[in-house]
Amino acid sequence: MDSEREGPLILVECHLCVGEENWVDSRTIYIGHKEPPPGTEAFIQQRFPDNRIVSSKYTFWNFIPKNMFEQFRRVANFYFLIIFLVQLIIDTPTSPVTSGLPLFFVITVTAIKQGYEDWLRHKADNAVNQCSVHVVHHGKVVRKQSRKLRVGDVVLVKEDETFPCDLILLSSSRDDGTCFVTTASLDGESSHKTYYAVQETKAYNTEKEVDTIHATIECEQPQPDLYKFVGRINIYMTNEPVARPLGSENLLLRGATLKNTEYIYAVVIYTGMETKMALNYQSKSQKRSAVEKSMNAYLVVYLCILISKALINTALKYVWQSDPNKDEPFYNQKTEVERQRHLIRAFTDFLAFMVLFNYIIPVSMYVTVEMQKFLGSYFIMWDDEMFDEELGERAVVNTSDLNEELGQVEYVFTDKTGTLTENNMEFIECCVDGHVYVPHAICNGQVMPGAAGMDMIDSSPGPAAREHEELFFRALCLCHTVQVKEEDTVDGIKHGIHQGKSTSFYISSSPDEVALVEGMKRLGFTYLRLKDGQMEILNREDEVEKFELLDVLTFDSVRRRMSVIVRATGEVYLFCKGADSSIFPRVISGKVDQVRARVEQNAVEGLRTLCVAYRSLSPEQYEEVFQLLNRAKLALQDRDKQLAEAYDLIEKDLILLGATAVEDRLQEKAADTIESLHKAGIKVWVLTGDKMETAAATCYASKLFHRNTQILELTTKRTEEQSLHDVLFELSRTVLRQHGGMTRDTFSELSGDCTDYGLIIDGATLSAVMRPGQEGSNSGNYKEKFLEICRNCSAVLCCRMAPLQKAQIVKLIKASEEHPITLAIGDGANDVSMILEAHVGIGIMGKEGRQAVRNSDYAIPKFKHLKKMLLVHGHYYYIRISELVQYFFYKNVCFIFPQFLYQFFCGFSQQPLYDTAYLTLYNISFTSLPILLYSLIEQHINMDILKKDPCLYRDIAKNSLLRWPTFIYWTVLGVYDAIVMFFGAYFLFDNTTFTSNGQMFGNWTFGTLVFTVLVFTVTFKLALDTHYWTWINHFVIWGSLIFFVVFSLLWGGIIWPFLNYQRMYYVFMQMLSSGPAWLSIILLITASLLPDVVKKVIWRTLWPTTTERIQGQLSEFTPLASLHAPSKGSSHRRGSENQRNPRRSEPFTKKVMFTRWQKAPDYCTFTPLLRFADSSRHSRQGYNYSGAGPETSV
Amino acid sequence: IDYTGVSSDSPCYNCAKNFTWNTTEPCVCTVNFTLLQPNVFMYYGLSNFYQNHRRYVKSRDDRQLNGDLSALTDPSKECEPYRKSGDVSIAPCGAIANSLFNDTLVLYYVDSNNSKIEVPLVKKGIAWWTDKHVKFRNPAGNSNLTLAFQDTAKPVNWAKPVYELDPSDPDNNGFINEDFIVWMRTAALPTFRKLYRIIQKKSGTTPTLPNGNYMLNITYNYPVLSFDGRKRMILSTISWMGGKNPFLGIAYITVGSICFFLGVVLLIIHHKYDNRNTSADIPS
Repeated sequence: MDSEREGPLILVECHLCVGEENWVDSRTIYIGHKEPPPGTEAFIQQRFPDNRIVSSKYTFWNFIPKNMFEQFRRVANFYFLIIFLVQLIIDTPTSPVTSGLPLFFVITVTAIKQGYEDWLRHKADNAVNQCSVHVVHHGKVVRKQSRKLRVGDVVLVKEDETFPCDLILLSSSRDDGTCFVTTASLDGESSHKTYYAVQETKAYNTEKEVDTIHATIECEQPQPDLYKFVGRINIYMTNEPVARPLGSENLLLRGATLKNTEYIYAVVIYTGMETKMALNYQSKSQKRSAVEKSMNAYLVVYLCILISKALINTALKYVWQSDPNKDEPFYNQKTEVERQRHLIRAFTDFLAFMVLFNYIIPVSMYVTVEMQKFLGSYFIMWDDEMFDEELGERAVVNTSDLNEELGQVEYVFTDKTGTLTENNMEFIECCVDGHVYVPHAICNGQVMPGAAGMDMIDSSPGPAAREHEELFFRALCLCHTVQVKEEDTVDGIKHGIHQGKSTSFYISSSPDEVALVEGMKRLGFTYLRLKDGQMEILNREDEVEKFELLDVLTFDSVRRRMSVIVRATGEVYLFCKGADSSIFPRVISGKVDQVRARVEQNAVEGLRTLCVAYRSLSPEQYEEVFQLLNRAKLALQDRDKQLAEAYDLIEKDLILLGATAVEDRLQEKAADTIESLHKAGIKVWVLTGDKMETAAATCYASKLFHRNTQILELTTKRTEEQSLHDVLFELSRTVLRQHGGMTRDTFSELSGDCTDYGLIIDGATLSAVMRPGQEGSNSGNYKEKFLEICRNCSAVLCCRMAPLQKAQIVKLIKASEEHPITLAIGDGANDVSMILEAHVGIGIMGKEGRQAVRNSDYAIPKFKHLKKMLLVHGHYYYIRISELVQYFFYKNVCFIFPQFLYQFFCGFSQQPLYDTAYLTLYNISFTSLPILLYSLIEQHINMDILKKDPCLYRDIAKNSLLRWPTFIYWTVLGVYDAIVMFFGAYFLFDNTTFTSNGQMFGNWTFGTLVFTVLVFTVTFKLALDTHYWTWINHFVIWGSLIFFVVFSLLWGGIIWPFLNYQRMYYVFMQMLSSGPAWLSIILLITASLLPDVVKKVIWRTLWPTTTERIQGQLSEFTPLASLHAPSKGSSHRRGSENQRNPRRSEPFTKKVMFTRWQKAPDYCTFTPLLRFADSSRHSRQGYNYSGAGPETSV
Repeated sequence: IDYTGVSSDSPCYNCAKNFTWNTTEPCVCTVNFTLLQPNVFMYYGLSNFYQNHRRYVKSRDDRQLNGDLSALTDPSKECEPYRKSGDVSIAPCGAIANSLFNDTLVLYYVDSNNSKIEVPLVKKGIAWWTDKHVKFRNPAGNSNLTLAFQDTAKPVNWAKPVYELDPSDPDNNGFINEDFIVWMRTAALPTFRKLYRIIQKKSGTTPTLPNGNYMLNITYNYPVLSFDGRKRMILSTISWMGGKNPFLGIAYITVGSICFFLGVVLLIIHHKYDNRNTSADIPS
């Protein structure tokens, strides 16, 4: 009817808006799929995806190819695949099974694991996609599967249901068009947030009515930011379309849950993979640990060794072959085919050598390292000392790849609020115009209605002050975003309040606000609720005052303040509360100086202060403000910027009322933790958004700064006086002079303590330092100078930091010369950037939601747990993994080097020294379990000692156990052992008879002899390195040796029908039946282990590290009689157990060092279990151990 | 005793020089030697002979040697190029079998009146028991070895087929011939020795080999000069510890003395260190 007339108008307007803003990135949604009034067809219906969520990676069909592709993208897997293929194609010394089997095993296990995970994801996806949703269809509620939802559908969501996709709220069961939502599954904040319906649509709250809504929504294309949304709704109600702004307060996100609201109607705008939740799913970037990096470096070295070995052998082979009599003697002629392929022969020879030596880089190392990390991470989770009873939470490991990195941390960046402190706010006092009020009844969380108890420190306030005071209290009651939550339903509010029952409590995203509102309650002003845009306050006289809430100028971290505009009995007030620095410049009257003095005093005491100010607005002024705000809110682009500008214009000409102080107590043992970290050589930086004074006070309280710490300030105050340049240079001079002084008397520890420097820097100065200057080189200079200063300070406090600046600082340190390992710890959303940036990110399960925890690599319940995490777990993990890596390379050098040497004695013919079964199983079963177990449970020093003596952490700093000298030592040791083993066996076999019946041994016996010595040497070497013996260790170490013997007996004991060669038949038995073989095995093992033992003893006595000194104090090295004869050794051992204090007096035989913890009686004292120890003792020890398990994290 | 015949004054010089594969008449040379101690085991040794070459090691068919009938007529590919002779498969196939050591050594005792007494050599018990009885078996089903091997050809270098290795003793013939089994156990190093015969101890107190002059009679069949090899005959006694093995003794003495020396050194260091350690610990 009217639309005919309206048509062109709308068209014009819409053309206008399209032309005006011209943004491509927008979408238009027709609510209920109803065509807009004619004329608007100018919009082309966009195609939107359906609401199917796909988080799975594979489908049934592409699983195998895709998974294989992904797995072989890993360099190691690819390398092994190549080796395997080479073995298949060319004639190689070892059968393809030897490398194919382990590779196949690894690939299969990984594929099964990934497949299972993907299957779970499929299941979860299906469950989500198929759950039914109520959709309003032609005025009726229809059930639909979630995945069939389309953009533009109107859905009905009932209480406690989860939103199936991103929705715009149209109306709710509540009259005011609001609904409460908890986003616990999105960001972990369990508080209820209020969302609003657009004024025009909130009345349509039955399905019939909703169906009549005629509107289009324009909004931006999906963006991952959870808290940003810009859109506009055009409602064609009667005649002309009404445009209303849509913001994040209208947007209900998928994954959130409806609470305290019976039902809502909402329209679908983003579906499926376009929802904000799905867009936020992106996985975190992989962090690689320093150990992994050095491991990769070693791998490259070994690859080079491998290639050069193969090259040398190939070259020598051709030299050797140049003599035809050697190449092809009469007894060993080539086939025709072999003779012909002379050209490519060289290359295949090279490949064959590669294959022969490829075991030097074993598949199993990757598997073992992965398993070690995966299983090892459980120790953190199981740790009972990291269990927090208050929260009922354990530590959580999100990434097990970084375990060992915990032992390498050099810089700790910590947040203050919620991390160092408890973030449990308590209202301490307030100050109105210089008068200080302290609620005397400190009963946190306990509400006593009508309790007007307060102490007036300053007596007799005048009437004007009285008025100010009341205004101040009201301001605090009004200026917040706190919600009231009742146990009862919504209707129960009145009931509860009227009966004076305190069943309600406050919920807010900011604990400060709760503390303030609760403080006000104790001072007599109770905030009741927000209803229909009216805020209700119960004042001291038990009267309900009503204020109409006109606008909320929300808090943000840039402005650091928030305001509300309320109307009370005709007058319009703007109440503003915020940080002193953001309020004072905007104040035009009020007792600024007195308040400022009080604020500063409070700040020094470590209290969090907020200032409160107000401004009364005349109706005209309000109108102006209203316009301003509306315009900003309606803007589709740059709305935030415009809003900020508008806020800036509005929040001015304030009148100061007073200030509040809220205490945030230090977390328990925070100081102790920081002190330990300091002693461990870790530099602790505090990065906080707080005021400098507050932060500094906390730092003193937490012993980050000591009494004698000389504080260097690099703050705006100072830079105002001098130029930044001068300050920086002056500071660096100071620090460097001190540094020079330090070197002069390095030995005096006291002087080191005296000249401790602490640096305080604030955000503004920092950004000046960091700013990429126009002067180019000069600014780089600033950065370097700043770094230099920081590196020489033991503690740095950065205050007034924006979240991004925190990350910037971490990045700066990360990129500095030494590339130190950084750790960031925090609890709030503002720490996320820093947590993601640092090498290791730790989240604290605090009160500010779970965002930090979700983004962290590890999460712990309290700050104090950091100490154990780093000093104990980090230390252990590092020791374990470094030993694991080095040992793995060592044992494979031992394994392969004899093979290399053998080539010189078999005409470079690639003849393997060991049997195929030995080649395959060496890394898989003969030697893998002991090292895996070692790398899981080794504790070279008692846990308590590690905790008590943080200095030990310095011993492993800077990747000290994985540096090149250590690596070379291990490699040389491996080569030495290999030479001893090979040439020992060589000289024994050379021209002598081994047996008592004169029969001779062949090449396989030779290989078996070498292999036997090898397995025993390598296992004993590990036993020598083990300090922490449990029955499992004994079981695994001796068990794997026994397994080797049993396997060999079995392998040689039967004619295996499936093999077409029987080379190992009875070889092992024959070998064991000969006396010299036994003698030589013992001799060779001794000779191989001797240098390592000697090196250890000499190093230990002459140049002990701190760790070793402590070990020495605690434990004794018991010289055990030889391992030559186990039976003899056992009696010796028993003897030495009884001797309480055997000296290290007889080191000339082989020693097994074992450790007895004598200082800790509650610790299990365990005696070394012998290889064949009686089983009852085994089981008893086992019980002890499993009992002590959780506590000692065995 | 090196009887290869490199130098011209060696009695086997002529045999070595005039060697060809197709002689029907074996070349016989005689080496005189004097034996001082009583010895028991007689070995032949070869040098520079790469029995551990990969091509050589794998050139055998264990199934065939175990009496598998299908493998007898169709040996494994590994035996190439000694797998078939014409169309007939070789038994035993492979390079190892083909190059069986075929010198014959006979030991004589030259007594005081210059008459030669042949020393009795036992040819059984030189191979591993398990090899002879389990791993190596003649083709089953036919007690007559000639018939059992009728579809096969002899290895190219052999003078006679496998079933004539020791016609006198059916327990030592065919695949279970002990000389053959000993040869089939490939040596670990290019210089090796293999047990050839055992000279058994006589009853009573008479020494196995009385002191005096001996004569070694060699049927020289095996060429080694082409690859610069050496052949030796070794006589050796064996104790429960095996043969004479100087290396093991020396090594034990060396390692033992190093350990002892280190023990003393470390003891001294330990004492010194101990003093320093306790004094350093007091302040802490």
